[in-house]
Amino acid sequence: MNLVPLFMAIPLGAAFIVVLLGRFKEAVSDAVAVIVSLILTILSFVLIIPLSQEGIFVYRMGRWIPPWGINLVLDGLSLLMLIIINLVAFLAILYSVSYMKKFTAKSTYYGLFLLMVAGMNGVVLTGDFFNLFVFLEIAAIASYALVAFGVEAEELEASFKYMVMGSVASVLILFSIGLIYSLTGSLNMAHVGTILQGQNGNLISFSMILFLAGFGLKAAIMPFHAWLPDAHPSAPAPISAMLSGVLIKALGVYVLLRIFFNVFGMNIQLSWIFMILGCLSMVGGGLLAIKQEDFKRLLAYSSISQIGLIMLGVGCGNYWGILGALFHLFNHASFKALLFLNSGAVEYSTGTRELKKMGGLSKAMPFTGATSTIGSLSISGIPPLNGFWSKLFIIMGLVYAGRYVLAVITILVSVLTLAYYLKVQRYAFFGKLGEGLEKVKEVPPLMCASMVALAIICVGAGIFFYPIMKTILEPAVRVLQEGIGYSNLILGG
Amino acid sequence: MLFFLCFALFLIGLYCVLIKKNLLKIVMGIIIMEYSVNLFLIMVGYKAGAVAPIVTAGVEKANFVDPLPQALVITAIVIGIATLALMVALCMRVYDRYKTFDITKIRRLRG
Repeated sequence: MNLVPLFMAIPLGAAFIVVLLGRFKEAVSDAVAVIVSLILTILSFVLIIPLSQEGIFVYRMGRWIPPWGINLVLDGLSLLMLIIINLVAFLAILYSVSYMKKFTAKSTYYGLFLLMVAGMNGVVLTGDFFNLFVFLEIAAIASYALVAFGVEAEELEASFKYMVMGSVASVLILFSIGLIYSLTGSLNMAHVGTILQGQNGNLISFSMILFLAGFGLKAAIMPFHAWLPDAHPSAPAPISAMLSGVLIKALGVYVLLRIFFNVFGMNIQLSWIFMILGCLSMVGGGLLAIKQEDFKRLLAYSSISQIGLIMLGVGCGNYWGILGALFHLFNHASFKALLFLNSGAVEYSTGTRELKKMGGLSKAMPFTGATSTIGSLSISGIPPLNGFWSKLFIIMGLVYAGRYVLAVITILVSVLTLAYYLKVQRYAFFGKLGEGLEKVKEVPPLMCASMVALAIICVGAGIFFYPIMKTILEPAVRVLQEGIGYSNLILGG
Repeated sequence: MLFFLCFALFLIGLYCVLIKKNLLKIVMGIIIMEYSVNLFLIMVGYKAGAVAPIVTAGVEKANFVDPLPQALVITAIVIGIATLALMVALCMRVYDRYKTFDITKIRRLRG
């Protein structure tokens, strides 16, 4: 199946076309961006059925055979990530059509957005270390520029901070790739995996640490999290939704999973590192979130906490833990994107992000109010919404692995999550109408449409969790459980 | 020995990023780190006394250097330039807004 390279080719091409067309008429660039992202979303869903029959697609760039050429690999885990990335990107672009009207240079915005999508699609599809680095930089540089898109003082400051941290992370990753190359003489992930099998050494451990630090910085796991609460709130709302919902997962968590499960091979020490880092950021992010007064900042800290939960689930290493973690990856993309879009809608209508200045908004803005309630309940894990199932699976995984203390901590953090989302609901959407908010109106229909769509995904994924689990999640879990057997599939086929 | 010097260069860059208070010096630190990594990649592919890997009649079995790291370094340099350009542009915009390059004075965000 030769659809795989289209995931990079279409957005890369469209990114340049959209900027050129935007010179003539802005509405054209709106249409192109929406259509391109819709096509990508449909493509990623179309691939579900053929992939379930074949198991894995390997596309060889220029027909070079794997250890020498670059190859693109589409397996269950990549497909899960592709669906998340392209679905959220489509809804965020739909939302931007109205939301970005107040900014100038909308076509440039779409260009950067599509570059970021191309970079992320490339990262999840590639099977080559250096190619991974190139796509990672495409996505990262586009995101630095998008965070600073408003060119206000705070945005520039946040973007600079993000950029310094991101560049250090990229340098660490490149250093580690160089080390891997000097040790194995190969850059192909599958080939490196077969060479490193059963080997142990200081340099291998050093490169693992560099990868952990580099991708940990990109994923904002707790000791490396300082940039996220500045960068994510400063961006325009649809970009915040993309960054928090997708970018930290595609560039951070996904690559960590791919490298540590499929290339190096998981062992007990690594799984402890994953669990400890996960637990630290889950608790720390939650505690920092609860005292925030700024709507988007609270959401950003909550992202750190939820990423910690995902790492914790992955770290326990059994079927239920990994299943829960991957399901939470999907769910977090849906409800965190929804909540960031809600915060954008509130800012669009009222002009403020301070929770204490809002109040009673659900009467004035019924769609925003209702969808944000769904998002908040879903992220706090109220049954039958989707967050409940993924948290349940992660806790089941922890119990099966015998980590009872961590399971209890997870439940407590879940209660903490409920607490700070109730605070959001209480201050922003319920109660009396805040001062000066009498004239607040609901946001334009396209913005409502994308928020409602995300809310439907939250509810739908909760009610129909079983078919989703069977069709999308189980192939992804199988990829991670196969571990270093991944190499044989690629080099053999 | 050379690898240790290269690593020392990397650490100098890291020190510069962590300690310096001036935006432009931080940018320089990042660039020093990038260049030390590029140097590392080049040294991985280097062989003493080897020739450029161009296969022509008569030199098929000559002692070649590894060409792959050189290709990687060119790509890495291009990426580095893109990052550098964006960083310097950001520094200019930050200077426009705050009238200073001192990061202890650029602190409107909490935490």
